[in-house]
Amino acid sequence: MSGAATKKAVLATQDPPWVKAVVLTTVLLFLGLVLLLPVAAVFAQALKQGLGPALEAIREPDALSSIRLTLMTAAIAVPFNLLFGVCAAWAVAKFDFPGKAFLITLIDLPFSVSPVVAGLIYVLVFGAQGWFGTWLTEHDIHIVFAVPGIILATIFVTFPFVARELIPLMQEQGVSEEEAALSMGASGLTTFWKVTAPNIRWGLLYGVLLCNARAMGEFGAVSVVSGRIRGLTNTMPLHVEILYNEYNYVGAFAVAALLCLLALVTLVLKTLLEMLQPDLRARH
Amino acid sequence: MTVIESAGPLQVERRGTVPRRPFLRRRSAIPGFAVTLGVTLAVLSLIVLIPLSAVAIKASGLGFTGFFREAFTERALHAYALSFGASLLAATVNGVFGVLTAWALVRYDFPGKAVVGALVDLPFALPTAVAGISLATLYAPNGLIGAALAQLHIKAAYNPTGVAIALTFIGLPFVVRTLEPVMRDLSAEVEEAAASLGASRWQTITRVVLPSLAPAWLTGVTLAFARAVGEYGSVIFIAGNRPFKSEIAPLLIVIQLEQFNYRGAAAIALTLLMVSFLMLLAINAVQAWTRRYQ
Repeated sequence: MSGAATKKAVLATQDPPWVKAVVLTTVLLFLGLVLLLPVAAVFAQALKQGLGPALEAIREPDALSSIRLTLMTAAIAVPFNLLFGVCAAWAVAKFDFPGKAFLITLIDLPFSVSPVVAGLIYVLVFGAQGWFGTWLTEHDIHIVFAVPGIILATIFVTFPFVARELIPLMQEQGVSEEEAALSMGASGLTTFWKVTAPNIRWGLLYGVLLCNARAMGEFGAVSVVSGRIRGLTNTMPLHVEILYNEYNYVGAFAVAALLCLLALVTLVLKTLLEMLQPDLRARH
Repeated sequence: MTVIESAGPLQVERRGTVPRRPFLRRRSAIPGFAVTLGVTLAVLSLIVLIPLSAVAIKASGLGFTGFFREAFTERALHAYALSFGASLLAATVNGVFGVLTAWALVRYDFPGKAVVGALVDLPFALPTAVAGISLATLYAPNGLIGAALAQLHIKAAYNPTGVAIALTFIGLPFVVRTLEPVMRDLSAEVEEAAASLGASRWQTITRVVLPSLAPAWLTGVTLAFARAVGEYGSVIFIAGNRPFKSEIAPLLIVIQLEQFNYRGAAAIALTLLMVSFLMLLAINAVQAWTRRYQ
């Protein structure tokens, strides 16, 4: 092939330099405007009056109690969904049974439900006018407008994260390694800890990471069931809303900056995991 | 169970036929089927399915005409129109910039590419309330972007435009992340073939590359749209939330709840759930259609 023909073939399979330049400029401008600027604005607003007022806003008792509640919610919701995810993935990936595809769709369902609806369903079940409302009032048990409701709503919105990550991973790995371990006399649990767990640990970590970010940042579902009682049922995102609506912008953005840091750390860890394990991919 | 399993092959040897397996009988020696499936179904029912059914049951208490009266009030119709319209606009914007972003990430090398790639997922990671207050501050008439737009007599916050801006932020990763793997798998040979048959670069892109990206693009845009319809946290701060003007459907559910109109809230929620169900069906149909042509 002559040099000119090769050059033409290369040109026809690659974008001309000016196209590249235009596309890249457009993309970078768009991403800068849509993604980067809002993040930068959070920190800029938080530090508008210097570091002092921002730190003070975070150290304030209501802010601290919202941080505690958010950490506690995540500390319950994430392990719960971790256990559920492993369980569901084991059942779905290691066995064949009718209705499997439908079951996977049902596990994914919370991702396609509006967060507000996710909160509403627990109000309808446990609220004063709800199914168990009268019984719960009689026994003085508070679920809605109390911490249990916040935890339930958080579990709902983060429900599919771990399962979604593990199911395809475990399906790909098949059952032969587990069968080998079992045939050599290992018990079911030993097989899981010694064979399955090491195989799925990165996928598991990846799912937990995304699950945790959502659990700590959830707003819509939690705001419906919380009742927004300061110092009691206020998570960090709800505290941000309250401060913002009170025109306490430095306070709102200071707490928001903490959440923003959480998001950035999540992204960094996620990218590192993807570099370590190129097969990992967020499945939303 | 292991005893039964090991009895299987023995019988095969004796009779020389494959024993018929009862329906639902485990085929593998792997333990834990009953336990894990049982736990999965129980948790799924308790956390997701039964509470979700409460929406349908509560709304059905209204009866057919009552449901229509509550779900399609004039105020609700305005809210649906805004939610669907702004979501469609945002999904379309993301459809355009999402293709370009995915293309740049897959095909070009540029400094900071890893950072840009990670940044695309920001809307997944950033709490919606944080995005909401930040966008509201930026696009408010006295904000950084809002002030610039105000000089051009464009109002970008506290109106439907603001809603669309927030939904654009939320939806971008869906389009990019759905397109990326498909773009990566596009074989260079097809493009080379087109080129060797005399197609220009423009013809190769429009007649070869883009058509093969169409199903993934449609899936991504539908996912972005579906997410946008239900979105709440990032929108309410920038929307203005005026009834009939800038009030989204999820906010109307919250307002009904605050007025203790549980049935009204359930009726609107059921409408939204049915729309998301249709979206899911549409996505599945697109994906089935894609598989047929692969």
